[in-house]
Amino acid sequence: MAHDGCKDWQRLIMYSSNLVARKWFNRFMLGLCALGAGLAIVFVCLMLGYILIQGVSFFNLDFLTHTAAPIGQTGGGMRNEIIGTLILVGLGSLIAVPLGMMTGIFLSEFANPLVASGVRFAADILAGVPSIVVGVFAYAIIVRPLHSYSAFSAGAALAIIMIPIVARTTEESMRLVPNSLREAALALGITRWRSVLSVVIPGAITGIATGIMLGVARIAGETAPLIFTAFGNSFGFDGLGKPIGALPLQIYRYAISPYKDWQQQAWAAAFLLSLLVLVISMAVRWLSRKRSS
Amino acid sequence: MLKSNSRNVSGLGDFVFSRLTLICSLVLIAILVNILVILIIQALPAIKEFGAAFLGSTTWNPVNDQYGALPAIYGTLLSSFLALIVAVPISIGAAIFLTEIAPVWLSNIASFVIEMLAAIPSVIIGLWALFVLIPAVRDPIEKWLGNTLGALPFFQGNQLGFGFLAAGIVLALMIIPIITAMSRDVLRAVPQAQREAMLALGATRWETIRKAVLPYGRSGLVGAVLLGLGRAMGETMAVAMVIGNAYRITPSLFSTGTTVPSKIANEFGEASGIQLSSLLELALILFVITLLVNIIARLLVWRMTAVKTGKD
Repeated sequence: MAHDGCKDWQRLIMYSSNLVARKWFNRFMLGLCALGAGLAIVFVCLMLGYILIQGVSFFNLDFLTHTAAPIGQTGGGMRNEIIGTLILVGLGSLIAVPLGMMTGIFLSEFANPLVASGVRFAADILAGVPSIVVGVFAYAIIVRPLHSYSAFSAGAALAIIMIPIVARTTEESMRLVPNSLREAALALGITRWRSVLSVVIPGAITGIATGIMLGVARIAGETAPLIFTAFGNSFGFDGLGKPIGALPLQIYRYAISPYKDWQQQAWAAAFLLSLLVLVISMAVRWLSRKRSS
Repeated sequence: MLKSNSRNVSGLGDFVFSRLTLICSLVLIAILVNILVILIIQALPAIKEFGAAFLGSTTWNPVNDQYGALPAIYGTLLSSFLALIVAVPISIGAAIFLTEIAPVWLSNIASFVIEMLAAIPSVIIGLWALFVLIPAVRDPIEKWLGNTLGALPFFQGNQLGFGFLAAGIVLALMIIPIITAMSRDVLRAVPQAQREAMLALGATRWETIRKAVLPYGRSGLVGAVLLGLGRAMGETMAVAMVIGNAYRITPSLFSTGTTVPSKIANEFGEASGIQLSSLLELALILFVITLLVNIIARLLVWRMTAVKTGKD
């Protein structure tokens, strides 16, 4: 516990009847807690502010429309990496959304409690697997046998990261749909699966959309699983079986490069990615607010 | 909660659909099991070659093909431990503030801002750390620690900025939102009667928190901290960018070092043969450690929040 050091000192105060001292100690400790929250918030604001301000100063139209400049030349942009990230996120979602949603439906509608808690546990554990391990796994099962880095292997790795997010949010939002709706549908003579598809899912769609957006925000910025699956490719999209560039990968390569110009591009890319993530976070918050009210 | 049993499923459509959802759930479990199996199979050459000595050896020499994991494991544990020292007091304090002290509107806004930090990709935090944090660690922080506590072995050596200390701080930043959000949920699950009883005895707010709220939520809070630990140990990009990537064991926090994930990220692309197999064994070790930490954490948090769902 954080404040164990105060134990004896605190017990002393507690059992003495000195109300003034107890009140001051109360204020002091509550103040420390507020300080913790304040520190966290100030840190977030400083960091986000720095990233956004620094990023926007290097951000321009060329960044969006041009491809990477060769070493030694200034200028250029990240058009190919932006397209690459869109493709990878699309691929990941294409695999993860159906799989995750079906798992969520199973958990909420069909599983008996024991099986459900097993699957739920597996989903939570899968969500905690380090993303680099997921990358290594995708390398081992796809890249190594095929002897080639590929967009497909990267999409699969991202999907593995996204599945538990979609599954858990789908389950949770479907559980919020009142049982009376299901019963009403069944009473009309509709089969279970039709009632799930046309009554329960429409009722839970905001929550499900929220989960998918959270998943997209998460995988759009993932870097570690891409290093040895997508690998990077500054010449543009070349088919799903070929290496592909991605924004986070390029941020990493440019950030640790010695060239000022590249570092500035990394900041511009960081701005773009942060903006995406922030917009999604706010939309998610707005959606879940609307749902709860 | 009323839940119809799968035995009630009738008709072909229901049968097919429910089995389809079951299969998708099994895919999820299969992925988890397969990660373990595939990593073991692919690490087998290194496991056979070095045996248990892999865990205790400090060399990593691609020229002689001699590999040992100890410095990477040491770096992972040290940087995660540093992160916990910084993050735990701040996060628990923030969670207490959010649940027990702040009015609802403030709590909502503050939660949102702190959670936004969790959404920022780690490579961007790494970029920020590289250009903002590292210089700050080098000059005020390490200089000050070296001058005042320089007698201790932890605070000796070159003040580079890069190293265990910087990695610990970056990791702390990344796990603060996780531990805060989890602890907040745990504290919210503490029954209101628990607080009211303590307040009715004449306790101050803090005494209520310390004697009635925190003890009640202890296992859940430990779970929240462990979830943060699991995340810290597996974090790759931000750490790889600030830790300096040297393969050594030293007590000095100023020293450069490495962690299991950053070692894998740095070498995997160019590795082959027994080196690749050794890196896969590192990944296996990381997977098993984080798996254990996460399982314990989940069980603790679940037990705690199950109380809440049971009450609703």
